[in-house]
Amino acid sequence: MSAGPSAVRLCHLYPEHMNIYADRGNIAVFRRRLEWRGLKLEVAEVGLGDSIPADCHLYYLGGGQDRDQALVAENLARKAGPLRQAAEDGAVVLGVCGGYQLLGHSYTASDGRRMPGTGLLDLETAAGNSRLIGDVVLDVTLMGQTSEVVGYENHAGRTHLGGGCTPLGRLRRGHGNNGDDGCEGAVAGRLVGTYVHGPLLPKNPWLADALLGWALDHAGGPAGLEPLDDSIEHAAHAVARTRAGRKR
Amino acid sequence: MRKPSLPPGLAAGAARGAGRLSQKLGQGGGTTLPGLVLTRLRPEATAEMALAVPDGVILISGTNGKTTTARLVRAALDAAGAKVAANTAGSNLERGVATALLNADGAEVALFEVDEAALPGIAQQTRPRVVTLMNLFRDQLDRYGELEHIVERWQEAVADLDPASTVIYNADDPAVAEIAAGHPNTVSYGIEDSRVGRDKLPHAADTTECRSCGTPLHYEMVTIAHLGRWSCRECGLARVQPDVQATRVELHGLDGQRLAMATPEGPMELSLRLPGMHNTYNAVAATATALALGLAPEAIGPALAKRESAFGRAERTPIGTRRVTTLLAKNPAGANENIRTMLLEDCPLHLLVLLNDRTADGQDVSWIWDVDYEFLLEDDRLASLTLGGDRAYDMALRFRYAGFDADRLSVVPSVSAALDAALRACGADGDLYVMPTYTALLELQSVLAGRGLVPAFWEDK
Ligand SMILES: [Zn+2]
Repeated sequence: MSAGPSAVRLCHLYPEHMNIYADRGNIAVFRRRLEWRGLKLEVAEVGLGDSIPADCHLYYLGGGQDRDQALVAENLARKAGPLRQAAEDGAVVLGVCGGYQLLGHSYTASDGRRMPGTGLLDLETAAGNSRLIGDVVLDVTLMGQTSEVVGYENHAGRTHLGGGCTPLGRLRRGHGNNGDDGCEGAVAGRLVGTYVHGPLLPKNPWLADALLGWALDHAGGPAGLEPLDDSIEHAAHAVARTRAGRKR
Repeated sequence: MRKPSLPPGLAAGAARGAGRLSQKLGQGGGTTLPGLVLTRLRPEATAEMALAVPDGVILISGTNGKTTTARLVRAALDAAGAKVAANTAGSNLERGVATALLNADGAEVALFEVDEAALPGIAQQTRPRVVTLMNLFRDQLDRYGELEHIVERWQEAVADLDPASTVIYNADDPAVAEIAAGHPNTVSYGIEDSRVGRDKLPHAADTTECRSCGTPLHYEMVTIAHLGRWSCRECGLARVQPDVQATRVELHGLDGQRLAMATPEGPMELSLRLPGMHNTYNAVAATATALALGLAPEAIGPALAKRESAFGRAERTPIGTRRVTTLLAKNPAGANENIRTMLLEDCPLHLLVLLNDRTADGQDVSWIWDVDYEFLLEDDRLASLTLGGDRAYDMALRFRYAGFDADRLSVVPSVSAALDAALRACGADGDLYVMPTYTALLELQSVLAGRGLVPAFWEDK
């Protein structure tokens, strides 16, 4: 696979098993937002039987059903070496929902079974006895800029962060990491994890561009992304924020 | 502590009164309230009423197709002269079943379409004679939880059935086949005609691993989502040769289809006024169910042939010189089938997609990203695209990121105004296709009823 500076190489981890909350929507956002700027996205799909390439600029790991996540956890923990290497070299890693949990040290299921994580993010997750479901609104600060992120969450996991990462954002609506501390997601350098799906990126184009900016920087591509006409994105964002305030 | 329970006569009287009052107040058709009142006043009422139906209870459940299949079975029972209690125009939860039983005076047999999450509870109460298990697709994760969760609950429900009852199941769905496998008395159904299938799983396929050993399944043919002729090359688990099977399927666009079926009672030929392969499954399921009830093949075919689409299930409504075809789409598998059916039409497609996110639709609109709308963009088939409903802008983003030119999108959240905008885009004699979610369908129906174009919902027969 050859990628000039005008292409971002994305590694889509386990697309067959981890795709439950419309994760392909996030990939489509990466692709189109590059295309609209004359840039290209190249996608490498990595399944259970493949090894993880170390030379991608952006790694994506989505959510899966419990059964699939258990299958993927063992597999990923075994072969996460190149992913860790890429992250250390400055690649972007985005984990959503189950993918977020797998970026941590481990996931303890309700029956006490412990699923290994990759330990890329300093966090632990354990299953709670109810699912945290509903609209989410949070304020996210990245690179000194604060913006609002909207979406939906549906997870049984209660995630607690260690000292090696900071929350992605402060909640204004929703349950977030654990329903207790008002925090959602985690970030450490260019590693980002979140429970927000819906999917995450279409209604939060600012976040999509922040991640793409990092990926382009790692790819040695042009600095700065041209602004796009995001009027539909902003309208959808506003509707989601209003819906988050509804009675349920 | 036991809840207090009113004597049967008193409870039923109060419940009927509540239903009449609700109708007088214009609060709808009273298809749920009487049952709700009844089961509150006398929790055991459903079980008692079900027991009193002489020829027993039939339950039909699955993510998609249960409404249409129940209507088809109803048509066959009506044609055979049976007196049927049914919830075909009402709620498919416990309260709808209770209401239908309350209104079942003199019924010989009871036929219920049942919400997949409500099936275990309703089966436990009604002790059905026949249960038809159709399919399990990814649907409303916020409401139903993971598919696996429903699979486990269905397994428990089947284990709890009377061993003498009949389970009719879709052999083409690996999860449903596994659920039925534990029951001593089953009839399987499926689609055998390989010409109508595909050789690849679509994006929104759910059960793609062998349920016994975890190996990815091999598909000789894929019909809808993860349904098809499946087998495991690792452990040998495989789809059974269905007892009732569609051996030839000729799809005639939105006009309907012709089917040839093989059944234990001999071959059957069938013309259906219902389009698409999802309706092939519905017809085969209905035939298998009707045969299990002892109806004759000669009577089933003509009865099914007469049945037209229910409102919103590929129903066509004339508006002036135009035709509006409404195709309910509430989950990826259903939406994908609608798209496939629309593409069989050989005209430019004017499309209105209505996306709501209320409780009955699922508040999580992520599912639209699992639908293959991209097929509509191939060969430039979309002549116009209008997006409406509470989450119209989410749908607009779905099409924008699929590659549809944002300048050609018309976004009109109000259902009534969106319909007008879409009709304008159609021109004087274009056909309009509408894909609404469930509550958007009800809104659309009320808009059309307000204009005198369709009857009110509770008049549906
Ligand atoms: Zn197997």
